[in-house]
Amino acid sequence: MGLKPPGAGITGEAKCKRKIGPGFFTLLRCELLLALRRQSELVNPLLFFVTVLALMPIGIGPEPELLTRLAPGLIWVMALLATLLSQEALFRGDYEDGSLEQLALLPQPLYFAVSAKILIHWLVTGLPLALLSPLLGLMFNLPIAGYLPLAFSLLLGTACLSLIGSIGAALTVALRRPGLLLALIIMPLYVPVLIFGSGAVQAALDGYGYSMELAVLAAILTAAGALAPLAAGAAIRISLDH
Amino acid sequence: MAWQWFNRLGSPRWFYQKSSVWMPWLAAISLLLLITGVVWGLGFAPQDARQGNSYRIIYIHVPAALLALAGYYLMAISGAIGLIWKMKLSFLVMRAAAPIGAALTFAALVTGALWGKPTWGTYWDWDARITSMLILLFLYLGIIALSRALSRQHTADKACALLTLVGTVNIPIIYKSVDWWSSLHQPATLKLMEPSSIHPSMFYPLLLMILGFYCFYAWTLTAHTRILILQREWRTQWVQQLLTCNKI
Repeated sequence: MGLKPPGAGITGEAKCKRKIGPGFFTLLRCELLLALRRQSELVNPLLFFVTVLALMPIGIGPEPELLTRLAPGLIWVMALLATLLSQEALFRGDYEDGSLEQLALLPQPLYFAVSAKILIHWLVTGLPLALLSPLLGLMFNLPIAGYLPLAFSLLLGTACLSLIGSIGAALTVALRRPGLLLALIIMPLYVPVLIFGSGAVQAALDGYGYSMELAVLAAILTAAGALAPLAAGAAIRISLDH
Repeated sequence: MAWQWFNRLGSPRWFYQKSSVWMPWLAAISLLLLITGVVWGLGFAPQDARQGNSYRIIYIHVPAALLALAGYYLMAISGAIGLIWKMKLSFLVMRAAAPIGAALTFAALVTGALWGKPTWGTYWDWDARITSMLILLFLYLGIIALSRALSRQHTADKACALLTLVGTVNIPIIYKSVDWWSSLHQPATLKLMEPSSIHPSMFYPLLLMILGFYCFYAWTLTAHTRILILQREWRTQWVQQLLTCNKI
């Protein structure tokens, strides 16, 4: 009567595991909605980015040649800091209200949930930063040749930063005030992205091609896209144990 | 049965008892090697034709730099062993290796700066090697900071192991990119004037120093690990017994 054919449970589970796509997209939509509803969190990194960059000419002097010389590095370092500051909140809300634990309990691997969160993080911080870059180029007297490489390198580079930073955010999510610690552990890992990101702009300003730098950034992005969610997922499981 | 030795290796108590036998030997060998190397290198090795006596800092600088990097890999491997086989001892070794590695990296940077002044004319230069050593120091400091911040030791162990592994993946990338960066921004103004082949009369004391540093490293690492074992296991019976017998 109540006998089930052997293996019935397994097929159910297997079916559940196969449905990665719908789960991923549901999560994506939910995360995006949440991000758009918390508008101050969305705008703050951008405001920080623009405000600190506006302080720079005040600090170092408004000579156009000097600003042109410093623009690639300054804009890139500030983009790095803005991403880093917003990274702290990546898993925080979900950790505090317990939904991170529920995500970890899903039959789907944590990899996809983490990827969805990182993708949304990039969409609401990295992408606007890249879109803002022409404005900053104007402020910093960037020659026309620098605009395109700046926008493209920020587009690729901020995605790398979001991915790499997610590992740090996952490792420190159980701490009450992770801000400085997160910066300490993640900054050294950001070095290659910074080098190639500002390198692309500098190469374009010096009149060279910049496709090599962009290609390296894209390579870092693919590697980080494959591996960083894995590490971040493992880090979340460690942090949930705390 | 074949895995018995492996499991035994993971037991802090076994390690503590065995290492108390190793400690005096390691200390004696490393002191012997270091003293011989220092006296030979500083007193008897010939002067360098171009750098004079200032090159002698190589006898501290090179072993420290070598071990700073090797120490990171040791940390990563023991962290991985801890994560994979859930071995308590290897986490402790990893935790003990972090401050030692940071100190060695710092020593390599300071001796490099002191060596740079007479030979390059500047203490600091954004050369590829110096910059990547600096980033290595930051990696070490980040791992130490993370291990201090997490209050539950169990979590701190695993979190640090994961961060160390992420760092290991990144070290070659960081090194390559810094190399690329400095070769672009610094067209050969200052070159490390290292002769491609070093004369045996200078090389043998260097070899002694490197071996001495390795032994010294093993000694310090064992000592640190023993302290961590006592801190972690102080509630257990065997530590209490040691305490009552005054054997620590």
